[in-house]
Amino acid sequence: MIVVVGAGPAGIAAALRAQECGARVTVIDDNPNPGGQIWRGDDENSWVARFRSSGIPLLSSTRVVAVDVEARSLLVETDGVSGRLSWKKLVLATGSRELFLPFPGWTLPGVFGVGGLQALAKTGLPVAGKRIVLGGTGPLLLAVGAYLRQHGADVKLIAEQANIQSLAGFAPELLRHPRKVLQGASLQWAIAGTPYRTGCWIDSAEGVNKLERVTVRSGRDIWTEDCDYAGVAWGLTPNTELLESLGPEPEDVYVAGSGEVDLSFVEGEIAGLNAAGYPERTVLLAPKLEKARGFAAALATTFALRDELRHLAKPDTIVCRCEDVTYGELRKFTSFRAAKLQTRCGMGPCQGRICGPANEFLFGWETGTVRPPVFPAKIATLFSDAPLPADTTGQPDTKEITS
Amino acid sequence: MRVMVCEESGIIGGGATAAGMGHLAVMDDSEAQFALTSYSQMLWRELAAELPASAEYLTCGALWVAADEEELVEVHRKHRFYTARGVPVEVLDSRQLSAAEPHLRAGLAGGLRMPADSVCYPPCAAAWLLGGIPVAFGRRVVAASGSGVEFEDGTNLKAPVIVLATGAAIRRLVPSAPVAPRKGHLLITDRYPGFLNHQIIELGYLKSAHATESDSVAFNAQPRSTGQILIGSSRQFGAEDSGIDSRILARMLARAVEYMPELRDLSAIRAWTGFRAATPDKVPLIGRAPGMPGVWLATGHEGLGISTSLATARLLADEILGRDSAIPRSPYNPERTFVH
Repeated sequence: MIVVVGAGPAGIAAALRAQECGARVTVIDDNPNPGGQIWRGDDENSWVARFRSSGIPLLSSTRVVAVDVEARSLLVETDGVSGRLSWKKLVLATGSRELFLPFPGWTLPGVFGVGGLQALAKTGLPVAGKRIVLGGTGPLLLAVGAYLRQHGADVKLIAEQANIQSLAGFAPELLRHPRKVLQGASLQWAIAGTPYRTGCWIDSAEGVNKLERVTVRSGRDIWTEDCDYAGVAWGLTPNTELLESLGPEPEDVYVAGSGEVDLSFVEGEIAGLNAAGYPERTVLLAPKLEKARGFAAALATTFALRDELRHLAKPDTIVCRCEDVTYGELRKFTSFRAAKLQTRCGMGPCQGRICGPANEFLFGWETGTVRPPVFPAKIATLFSDAPLPADTTGQPDTKEITS
Repeated sequence: MRVMVCEESGIIGGGATAAGMGHLAVMDDSEAQFALTSYSQMLWRELAAELPASAEYLTCGALWVAADEEELVEVHRKHRFYTARGVPVEVLDSRQLSAAEPHLRAGLAGGLRMPADSVCYPPCAAAWLLGGIPVAFGRRVVAASGSGVEFEDGTNLKAPVIVLATGAAIRRLVPSAPVAPRKGHLLITDRYPGFLNHQIIELGYLKSAHATESDSVAFNAQPRSTGQILIGSSRQFGAEDSGIDSRILARMLARAVEYMPELRDLSAIRAWTGFRAATPDKVPLIGRAPGMPGVWLATGHEGLGISTSLATARLLADEILGRDSAIPRSPYNPERTFVH
């Protein structure tokens, strides 16, 4: 059986392609609905709809806690149930998460990641009439700005840290991707009237017990914007924990996903075909892959984070939210491990998933050490040995998987 | 005396110090072990008021749990042993045990409470103990003799006294040292303040600790001042890989849940491993390295390195400076176990 971890664009693509080849596939995903962060349960999305009607078993709200490479099994935990799931081929499409960079006030209630803010708005956080400032980098700022506007929010400013020159350099790349230009144009219309400043970023957030205003900087100009919410986007950081826990060069494991939807999708297709034993069919996807890679690379260059952002945090700015560790405490150390042992930075429930990438950005520290449990798990899960029911049922094999 | 510390990792207390539980225990495995642990616990107590908050010194007491009548016999033997030596201890019957630790399973035979046992967070205690002593970080010592140490890059540091305190790695510098790495696993939970009151150890732990061949596990749980619960323990000889052994971890946790069923629903956030420096007679090596004039050893403490660190340091300093010690030093003399 092929097990696909992750039901975002890459996981969905991998599962559908593998099923087309006649392979038996199971998908596990830690969200309640398929679609990943970008298509989050959006049934109007044709791929989510196709996946739902494909009959491919989906274990949702399920987390992989540990991987046994020798036994080729995943230890997974879901509502009240835990157990082992065996694979012959494994596709990791574990997506990415928002990167958070510490700046003064970033931990105030009312400051969100833009992705998180949009997700909250979709699930009931009232945004109509709320004054919102978005800051950070990348197309997500525009997309979320447009969404919030459509839902009645007063989006006062979108502060893009990239400067106008690098955005101009991005234009030719957009022209090679007409669909994205259209998307861009409709976004432009949706956010018409919202100031979009380039070379501009949120310096700090202020307020008593909750966000009241942000201080924004553009070149030598510094000003404040009163607001109820702020959404920040510093880009994405890949979820590599499972991959790292497999050790070097694991056999029959395929990885897909990039943080950019088109590239993730085509990588997923390729992973699915390879896992199903049809590597020759991936040749047809080469042009699509190359195009998507070009676009993703252009995005990365255009929206590269500027050096000034490394210096936003003040000595009393919290970097590790789980353990309340400040920038001032951390900068005394020369490695993440030393800082961790002496300050508890990264030792809380999130296990450094938030502050790890921030520390890498701020100090250039390597922060990756992955040990099981890869994610917090019930103690009972860690000694659970039973196979999951899905491991013994599922669809019949219509094609012998070449292994 | 001018002192310098060489630490190849670049991290203070990054080895077994960071991996251990930080239980500051008094133990009765032998008279030598008792003397060293009780002396050291007294030294920790004297230091307690000065320790920084980050060292998380907490006198939570220890509770040795007897599952059955056979283990209860051991409780009474320990009670007699400690009482005869002036250590405060208290025998608990089944009901008192439940009252002391409500999350233990019902029907356990009883226990022994050692109210003076404490816990600490070793990496911060170590950094504080080091104070302003200069440290040569990131420099790997490849040879040691009475004239100094040689670093990997070929350079030397001359010193008339060299103390080797490299834990289970001692054989790299002293191949004949009778010290074997004994791997252990630990796991820590999210915060559950008040779930646990004492450091709890099953009496079966002693069987586990005494097994010198096969892999073994024993229930051992500790309340941290953060409200987290630290769960042990496992012992493996011959395991050199520092990775998590999921099967041993599973056995260890299943054992913990046998004693404390409600642990099963707590959220585990991190597991790790470490290597204890085990000697054949369970007594550390403190003193002159046989056949290596000018070189001194402080290793082989197995699971009691943090517990006995302060006493080890005093004994060693006393011997180097030619002073008398508060307890006899001879039981720890490395000469006893070296094969010549």
